Amino acid sequence: MAKKENIFDKAKDTVSKKTDVIKDKAEDLVEDVQEVVEDVKKNTEKDKATKVADKVKGTDSKVSETVKSSAKQVASEVKNGGKTITPKDAKIPEGPLADKWTNYKNQQKLVNPANKRRLDVIVVGTGLAGASAAASLAEMGFNVLNFCIQDSPRRAHSIAAQGGINAAKNYPNDGDSVYRLFYDTIKGGDYRAREANVYRLAEVSNSIIDQCVAQGVPFAREYGGLLDNRSFGGAQVSRTFYARGQTGQQLLLGAYSALSRQVGKGAVKLYTRYDMLDVVIVEGRARGIIARNLVTGKVERFFAHAVVVGTGGYGNAFFLSTNAMGSNGSAALQMYKKGAYFANPAFAQIHPTCIPVHGKFQSKLTLMSESLRNDGRIWVPKKKEDAEAIRARKLKPTDIKEEDRDYYLERRYPAFGNLVPRDVASRAAKERCDAGFGVGSTGLAVYLDFSDAINRLGKDVVEARYGNLFQMYEKIVDDNPYETPMMIYPAIHYTMGGMWVDYELMTNIPGLFCIGEANFSDHGANRLGASALMQGLADGYFVLPYTIQNYLADQIRVPRMSVDKEEFVEAEKAVNDKIQKIMNIQGKRSVDSIHKELGLIMWDFVGMGRTAEGLKTALDKIIAIRKEFWSNVYVPGKADSLNMELEKALRLADFIDIGELMARDALLREESCGGHFREEYQTPEGEALRNDEDFSYVACWKYTGEGNEPELIKEPLDYEFVERQQRNYKA
Amino acid sequence: MEKLLNLTLKVWRQDGPKAKGAFETYKLNGISPDSSFLEMMDILNDQLINEHKDPIAFDHDCREGICGTCSMYINGHPHGPDSGITTCQLHMRSFKDGETITVEPWRSAAFPIIKDLMVDRSAFDKIIQAGGYISVNTGGIPDGNAIPISKWHADEAMDAASCIGCGACVATCKNGSAMLFVAAKVSQLSLLPQGKIEASQRAKKMLSKMDELGFGNCTNTGACEAECPKNISITHIARLNREFIGAKFID
Repeated sequence: MAKKENIFDKAKDTVSKKTDVIKDKAEDLVEDVQEVVEDVKKNTEKDKATKVADKVKGTDSKVSETVKSSAKQVASEVKNGGKTITPKDAKIPEGPLADKWTNYKNQQKLVNPANKRRLDVIVVGTGLAGASAAASLAEMGFNVLNFCIQDSPRRAHSIAAQGGINAAKNYPNDGDSVYRLFYDTIKGGDYRAREANVYRLAEVSNSIIDQCVAQGVPFAREYGGLLDNRSFGGAQVSRTFYARGQTGQQLLLGAYSALSRQVGKGAVKLYTRYDMLDVVIVEGRARGIIARNLVTGKVERFFAHAVVVGTGGYGNAFFLSTNAMGSNGSAALQMYKKGAYFANPAFAQIHPTCIPVHGKFQSKLTLMSESLRNDGRIWVPKKKEDAEAIRARKLKPTDIKEEDRDYYLERRYPAFGNLVPRDVASRAAKERCDAGFGVGSTGLAVYLDFSDAINRLGKDVVEARYGNLFQMYEKIVDDNPYETPMMIYPAIHYTMGGMWVDYELMTNIPGLFCIGEANFSDHGANRLGASALMQGLADGYFVLPYTIQNYLADQIRVPRMSVDKEEFVEAEKAVNDKIQKIMNIQGKRSVDSIHKELGLIMWDFVGMGRTAEGLKTALDKIIAIRKEFWSNVYVPGKADSLNMELEKALRLADFIDIGELMARDALLREESCGGHFREEYQTPEGEALRNDEDFSYVACWKYTGEGNEPELIKEPLDYEFVERQQRNYKA
Repeated sequence: MEKLLNLTLKVWRQDGPKAKGAFETYKLNGISPDSSFLEMMDILNDQLINEHKDPIAFDHDCREGICGTCSMYINGHPHGPDSGITTCQLHMRSFKDGETITVEPWRSAAFPIIKDLMVDRSAFDKIIQAGGYISVNTGGIPDGNAIPISKWHADEAMDAASCIGCGACVATCKNGSAMLFVAAKVSQLSLLPQGKIEASQRAKKMLSKMDELGFGNCTNTGACEAECPKNISITHIARLNREFIGAKFID
């Protein structure tokens, strides 16, 4: 208590001091203005007077702006009772929204071609963000070292994205624009993203489509030869470009081919089957990484002038998710432990259309593309007894008459119907199932029905649009979706939270950049469908290759460092010690068994419906799991050879810490927004109730040492250009 | 409740690329027919870990049939007996109770074994690095609709582009040829106006790299097409040959 008062006194003191300074400044400026005004009065020459008057005007607005912005910051620091990040810290450029990116590019520093050759850049990850960044940087002349955990860069998890990629091309002439894409993304993210970043994303979206077409990505086309579009959740225009049901794969192969071209030229050195286990900091700057060769088990050191991390999201903390088995949050967590802020960890997306869980042995969940909601209609039985009969396998879905079906999304959200954003669709499914209307053997499933679409369009058209998805469903579930409706249920899919980055995509550690899903920047509290691919490629092709130069321009005099430098040796030792510690436990439990236990806690308490009480329970349980892991895990084999159990164990250790951060962040945020739904904060109709007054900020967590509570730093989100509203998909 | 399966597994175990390998036999009981083949392998590995034995190394990642990582030769077929799917999409309902299942790695001179069922397919990356791309840099690109592409060409290119680079075609080919893999890429890019410009040179560079890396030649047996999890047609090999002959004329 005494400590608290002390802090409060300090804050008060700072505020009063700062306020005094501002007051003095303002008074001085007002005096200046008054003097000028006197001058004008005295002056008899007319044109001179006008000139001076103009000056006065300029000074006047400057005075008020300076006073206003200083006052704002002081006010926010007082209100938040701690450190905050200002737009200036986040390097948001000046000017109107639409001019910010252009202004930035006009003023940023560049590196000349001769100097580019002398600079090394490490890119970790070969997904859409990593591969496109590595290829683009190498094309420009930088020396790139590119790492991935897979056996080939082409296998990064971006490949699994099915539905499509958004761009504001407005080819269908249905009223789309850069502003509208920006607005839909900000609104879809429930007003928890930075305006300037999102606008830039929308702005570069069109170039991505052009780039991919040039690389030979076989986007779907109309009979006239032009690109086809489809619609996606959270938008009323058709702006989604697609390549059958394999858009992510085709875009990744485009980036992979560009990357391969640079590897062939020797401009990129590729390290496959390498796992980044730490970032090396020299004199406050990121100067390299420690990575483990997954085939030999050897831990190695790598130097670069800058490090770019694009290692995706941390959804696998839930064990069961739509992420690939190898997807992990370890690179992110290592950056966090080296001082980089972890932003909004609680913001995770639950995707509404996944194949339901079917057994304890299940290893992962399979996503059915959101594009299915274009033509599929979601329903559950209207009568509870019908739902019960279906669960008991006494009735089939096709036995339920049309009037006995509850198309609950169309009923609740007439304007958007089945195309509401993912968070809304997921919660609506949970609500129906919790109320006892769920289907499937577990009661945790709803129907996605194509019979209408098949009647309207014919089976051929439906097959052409979704054939591969239907085949995938049939192989997994052993049920024909052309005849019986699909069963779906929400699952963890994407994490909007991630490393805090400024407008340049640099973390708070100089020289350490973070791109794609791994950063927090563009999706706020909820991501719209077909926007992940857009963001990954925007970051890698069109944003980072510019912004990183602003940093590297100051590094041209820095010679390549030896990896025998103390900092590298120490970082490697710390990694080896951690590995040995895990190997030495020799306990009784397999890595997966502990991971499954963590996953259940995450799903039950940090999943779709969160409460203060549940989150506190989760925190206790996660701490117990951490103890269990560090005392009772069993990893067979040796550390200095191929050892997949050790790889998993290292990742699980980090998932436990991430799970704790997620729960902590969710507990702090006493509001519901986007994918974060606190049951205590909802409207009478059960919609998310946002609290802009108290929670309009990015929650950044700073590591303060093993066993200590992390420090919270806030980046207030002031909406300058968009007026915030309660999201409404009803009318 | 469907009947659970009791199985016998004969799995190829090999410590490293140069070590001598052998089949090991394992008994596995109570497997749900709804579990996937890889989930069955997880259960087997869990059993091995509990017995403090070395778990079986195998490659896998997305587990939804798109990343191309998984690679098992099951009962004499790459990706198992079911057609049009990868190993991860294969489900245990394709097997009978009491069955003996043989699991081997991809076998090809160009894909050395790393451990057990895990092989090194970096030769595929090297073929792409030799020319499997369109030579464009980032930026300065004309509008995506500047050159119309007929729907037929776009769809045909998409068919070819659906190759996931898993290597089943090589594993099943008696010559260990990578022709279907190379053809899929050459065909995709030569069908599109953007890729047409370099088509002949691309075919030549990729084929010469393929030969250099120890893959065999194509004798049109068609096993690759039959076993391809993405049903890629050998007509693409014809298109590759056309481009290759074109390159000869240019030379």
